[in-house]
Amino acid sequence: MNLLDSSIRVLSQKLRSKEVSPLELATASLAAAKSHQPKTNAYITLLDENAVLDRAKTVKLTTPLSGLPYVLKDTFLTQGVKTTSASNVLKNYSPQYSATVVNKLSQAGGIMIGKCNQDAWGHGGSTENTDFGCAKNPWDLKRVTGGSSGGPAASIACRDSMFAIGEDTGGSIRNPAGWCNISGLKVTYGRVSRYGCIAYASSFDTVGPMAKSVEDLAFVLGEIAGIDPYDATSSPQPVGDYLSGINQGVKNLKIGLPKEFFNDGLDPQVKNLIVKAASEYEKLGARIVDVSLPMIKYAISVYYLLAPSETSSNLGRYDGIRYGNGRENFTQETIRRIMVGTYALSAGYYDAYYKKAQQARTLIINDFQKAFSSCDLILSPISPTPATLIGELISDPVKNLLADIYTVTTNPAGIPSLAIPCGFTGQKLPVGMQLQGPMFSESLLLKAGYTYQQVTNWHESKPTL
Amino acid sequence: MDVTSIAKLANLTLTPSELTQLETGLNQVLELVNHIRELNTVGIEPTSQVTGLTNVTRDDEIDQSRVLTQAQAISNSQSVHNGYFEVNAIFQDQ
Repeated sequence: MNLLDSSIRVLSQKLRSKEVSPLELATASLAAAKSHQPKTNAYITLLDENAVLDRAKTVKLTTPLSGLPYVLKDTFLTQGVKTTSASNVLKNYSPQYSATVVNKLSQAGGIMIGKCNQDAWGHGGSTENTDFGCAKNPWDLKRVTGGSSGGPAASIACRDSMFAIGEDTGGSIRNPAGWCNISGLKVTYGRVSRYGCIAYASSFDTVGPMAKSVEDLAFVLGEIAGIDPYDATSSPQPVGDYLSGINQGVKNLKIGLPKEFFNDGLDPQVKNLIVKAASEYEKLGARIVDVSLPMIKYAISVYYLLAPSETSSNLGRYDGIRYGNGRENFTQETIRRIMVGTYALSAGYYDAYYKKAQQARTLIINDFQKAFSSCDLILSPISPTPATLIGELISDPVKNLLADIYTVTTNPAGIPSLAIPCGFTGQKLPVGMQLQGPMFSESLLLKAGYTYQQVTNWHESKPTL
Repeated sequence: MDVTSIAKLANLTLTPSELTQLETGLNQVLELVNHIRELNTVGIEPTSQVTGLTNVTRDDEIDQSRVLTQAQAISNSQSVHNGYFEVNAIFQDQ
């Protein structure tokens, strides 16, 4: 067994008992990342080896994350370390300050080893819309990792690092988690500070953990959650103790299955695995109930009007004057999103598109509120299919958008959603499921995910590279 | 969609062939999202954010820990002059 196969709980105990040193861990992590990089292309930047090892030698063990190697999606600003958002616009950008989540992890004693590939600006669900070469799925190198946080998912799947920080605007943590067989948490909007996270769609963007297991996610969330004076949208709600109640089981928990999510567009193998997961929950004492989320019919419209509108505004700042290169460096997919957003916000179309989508956003929130009046959590697929072949999505703008159908309603509502592995297809491709809960129900989601992972071992499978 | 005028609004400089190519993809996307226009939203308030927070303010004091030096501020610019960002002239002679 590889050192990095261990859980955060086990490794942090081994660090404290001096059975393992942070230096050994960092060395193993860098070696794994370097050996897998030619195959997966998970990293845009691997940190300078000497700097990483020096930090590992001096780190103090103050939290469960101390001494653990981790990676970031390349959307988080890191002072003095190149930050690209996977775009040539920022290919030489060296931030003057770090994101709050980076500062928190640094204070917690985390050892950053790399910055990972993604779809540029978060614009995509496959990590093909990147100026640094497509990331490849470690389970099948002809396939995509999913996205936009595809690099971090590949890093965790290959056991290169102990945890990652991703960013989810419409499924960007959950989709690659599902396609790479790892666990990922899209937090409640505002639960984790967005300060220093390059903005895609500001009212949807969330920063969250990715790791091998739900228990590991709980350890990371405890360190990164909380209000931040530098992010006015961060929540003053107290941060829970995400580990203390995690083993209390799911007896009598009501889990809703949204009937609209199990229609024709869903791959039969994926459907079968989700249904099996539901019956696993029944065996654990939960009750499965039918719920309805009829607004899914408008999910793609709402998301692909509002997110591009916000991104057209957010990317307006990239003019190549104060930092970065000029706007001619945007990719086709990003140009399309800027154009759609600009159109939806333009005079004469604002009411028909932007305002209409904002009203539909209210109806999506109402849908979830109604569903949560008859269940505690909602279980559903993450993606309609297993990981697609490289080239399949990027060449077809419409197919590219439809791949996000099950995840894009979560963000307009602001609710949290946990993605965890739930099996493999006949071709040995991983499939994930998501559990959505009401605002700030992270503890409940983690408890439900943890309980499932005590009786299944999908999350322990790793690719052979 | 009038792609030329939208590109101008978006501050994107695109060649005629790029615009033509873009138009096809954009029309496909619009077709996909267009059915939202049929949705009945009479009397429904729009949602622009979900935090429930309003008027989040801070003390009107300079946070020294976040102040960049002039050298830091211009460190990523490709075109500086005497410590300032250099930009194209807005007004032309004549």
